[in-house]
Amino acid sequence: MNTTIRGDAAKLSRRTFVVGSAAGGLALGFQFPFSAAQAQGADAEINAWVVIKPDDTCVVRIARSEMGQGTLTGLAQLVAEELECDWKKVSVDRITAGQNLARKRVWGDMSTGGSRGIRASQDYVRRGGAAARMMLLQAAADEWKVPVGELKVADGVITHAASGRSTSYGKVAAAAAKLTAPDPKTIQLKDPKDWKIVGKPMKRLDTADKLDGSKVYAIDVKLPGMLCAAIKDCPVFGGKLVSFDESKIAGRPGVRRAVKVNDTTVAVVADTWWRAKTALEALPIVWDEGAGASASSATIAEHLKEGLTATATNGEVANGDAPKAIAEAAKKVEAVYSTPFLAHATMEVMNCTASVSADRAEIWVASQNYEASLAALSAASGLPLDKCEVHRHDLGGGFGRRGGAQDYVRQAVAIAKEFPGVPVKLIWSREEDMAHDFYRPISQCKATAGLDANGNLIGLHVRVSGQSINAFSNQAAIVNGKDRRQLQGLWAEPGDAQLGYSVPNLLIEYAMRNTHVPVGPWRGVNTNQNAVYMECFIEEVARAAGKDPLEFRRALMGKHPKHLAVLNAAAEKGDWGKPLPPGVHRGIAQFMGYGSYSAAVAEVSVSGEGKLKVHRMVLALDCGHAVNPDQIAAQVEGSVAYGLTAALYGECPVDKGRMTSLNFDSYQIMRLEEMPKVETVLVPSGDFWGGVGEPTICVVTPAVLNAIQAATGKPVRSLPLKNVKLA
Amino acid sequence: MAQLNINGTVRDVEVEADTPLLWVIREQVGLTGTKYGCGVAQCGACSVHINDEVQRSCSIRVGDVKPTDRIVTIEGLSKDGSHPVQKAWLAVDVPQCGFCQSGQIMAAAALLKKTAKPTDRDIDAAMTNICRCGTYQRIRAAVHLAAGTSTTNRSSTL
Repeated sequence: MNTTIRGDAAKLSRRTFVVGSAAGGLALGFQFPFSAAQAQGADAEINAWVVIKPDDTCVVRIARSEMGQGTLTGLAQLVAEELECDWKKVSVDRITAGQNLARKRVWGDMSTGGSRGIRASQDYVRRGGAAARMMLLQAAADEWKVPVGELKVADGVITHAASGRSTSYGKVAAAAAKLTAPDPKTIQLKDPKDWKIVGKPMKRLDTADKLDGSKVYAIDVKLPGMLCAAIKDCPVFGGKLVSFDESKIAGRPGVRRAVKVNDTTVAVVADTWWRAKTALEALPIVWDEGAGASASSATIAEHLKEGLTATATNGEVANGDAPKAIAEAAKKVEAVYSTPFLAHATMEVMNCTASVSADRAEIWVASQNYEASLAALSAASGLPLDKCEVHRHDLGGGFGRRGGAQDYVRQAVAIAKEFPGVPVKLIWSREEDMAHDFYRPISQCKATAGLDANGNLIGLHVRVSGQSINAFSNQAAIVNGKDRRQLQGLWAEPGDAQLGYSVPNLLIEYAMRNTHVPVGPWRGVNTNQNAVYMECFIEEVARAAGKDPLEFRRALMGKHPKHLAVLNAAAEKGDWGKPLPPGVHRGIAQFMGYGSYSAAVAEVSVSGEGKLKVHRMVLALDCGHAVNPDQIAAQVEGSVAYGLTAALYGECPVDKGRMTSLNFDSYQIMRLEEMPKVETVLVPSGDFWGGVGEPTICVVTPAVLNAIQAATGKPVRSLPLKNVKLA
Repeated sequence: MAQLNINGTVRDVEVEADTPLLWVIREQVGLTGTKYGCGVAQCGACSVHINDEVQRSCSIRVGDVKPTDRIVTIEGLSKDGSHPVQKAWLAVDVPQCGFCQSGQIMAAAALLKKTAKPTDRDIDAAMTNICRCGTYQRIRAAVHLAAGTSTTNRSSTL
């Protein structure tokens, strides 16, 4: 998930944080609340990452968000590994954006998206753990007046063999905290072969309070005197709020006021959310729906279709002369695909509690980027950053929705400003959440291939036409009209999202066709659509060539050993080529994203009535170093559910300029009954750090669609499957 | 005004009769373990037990709840997280974001009360709550573990 900071918050955030860092932070009398650890006095902060308590508890500070992906546990494992502490005595402390800013961003980037939470932090958090270990050992050496090199440490117990002495981290922590941090050049990280905590399936550190209702999500926040707000933004994107008749809800129980939030949005504030919501439903509102009101799924599809054959494009990956090779080929294959808008539909709807007074602004919020939340709070409240604080709550789902946009923060702060000093909790209804998402971009693809007389792929031309995330939220990333990001997974460059095939004549193009619908990153972002296009088309081409889909792929992957190894692992564990029960068929797919390599084998059956059943999926992943194999498996399982839901049911139709699927009755979500048996195969090559949360989702849908093609003999070229007759 | 028996405590709440039980539990009673997910009885995040039956509290008017009805929320399932379902959820490390898990646990506990040794088909039929993180495979494994129909805490074949 990309976490590009969007809009005004972006400018403020970037400028302020960069300037803040360069100028030594906000030292001008800024008082931020001391962390719990510091306030207790007896706890010793060894460095920014590690606090040791007298009872030997090791508190690991966590900067990145926890939204279910297990990032918090993985980061703690990385610190604990180098710290050489007792894993059973590890606890965590989540630092806030205000704390980070006040300490010159000592905890680095807090944004949690793009599957970067662990891979982009691993080096400095491990160094933080190692530096703390060195200081703790030095403190013991100083106390015993022996060379530090004679000490050993295991599980937080320091021993000196020659004198038979031993002590624990808790006992030397206070002295260690007073030492100067070691020269970074002297910090040596452990060889991965010596890891005892990293690479092991440790239990998550954040499970217990999710089992008894005691975990406080942002939507659960309770503050003295708190009011609640329900909100409605113009149903048509780009429309405006004209007026509302507050007199019609006057006198309703608990209702305080109707509030104009901004040019497009109205809210009702009451003593409880249910009273606010029902009053909002009774509030007469006049909208100016604007130009977008004439748009529909059909007009958008036509707009995109034009881009499939238009002359100019907005970016390409090319080698050789694909159009010529295809024109001269012995056999030509062509297909047109389409994928719809999709909503994130996090289980916890958008919400934010805000309290704004003349000299202080605070929010309680779930965010994938608490620094972007802080910037949005400052901008919306008009108060400088040092008068603002973000109280962080773990997310009830993120998937890209709670990244840079921070729309709900700006709304909550605008409402709270109308009630100075009174906390106001804004909660979106599910319908509002579905009506005002930043949707996965809609796109279409026309793919053409040329085969020689022996069925070898000699030319491949892929034209993607669709909406651009960067055009909506980060135009600076579009250079000379070229928007590379929309071709994610099809890039020639190695390392992040490289196409795993070598084709002698290749042309991959992107035609930007934007709509009035807001778009944003959705778990896996553009790898999702591009994997469907590439992997389903390769399947069609392999079949046209009369070749086994696995063998056909392998022949194109000689220069991509890591892609190939993962494909082979999935094929082997997925029993490719082995007999199946009657009526069950296999499909395969591979792709790369977020620095990791993924492949999947799906087993499906299609009944005589066209009913699909996905029985089993085997997914292989090479994410380089595997920090917590059990949690990686959890992410793979989750990717199957999220990806398969999209394949089976996911679409956000547009009519009269607005979204029409507004709750789970129409925006169907896969249930447990439909969950296939998922087997995760880790192929950790151990020489890089790849992402985990997103890489595997993109291979789920093409593997299933290719299995359907194996079952029915017919390709599926548009999603979701609920709209496709399979029999 | 309504009188409710929640987790063994009888309370009077000042609220309109057409308010959904979910919002009374969350806002008037102040127990926030029961979650809002959809408001239309689709997702099950709001699942509670009423007289031992699992119910979606977002779609029950508080005025339709009798003072004698025994309502149990996630906070009342056990005193100390010791219900077999909670223990199994911990052993399998089921939750990811965790937001739906109160409802999932309440649904599983109600299933096991009726069907001590559920089959996979029983679990399919009873566990219809939505999880966006996709913990379904682990939920199935944890229900079996809680029921004693499996002894493994490993849901994945990693």
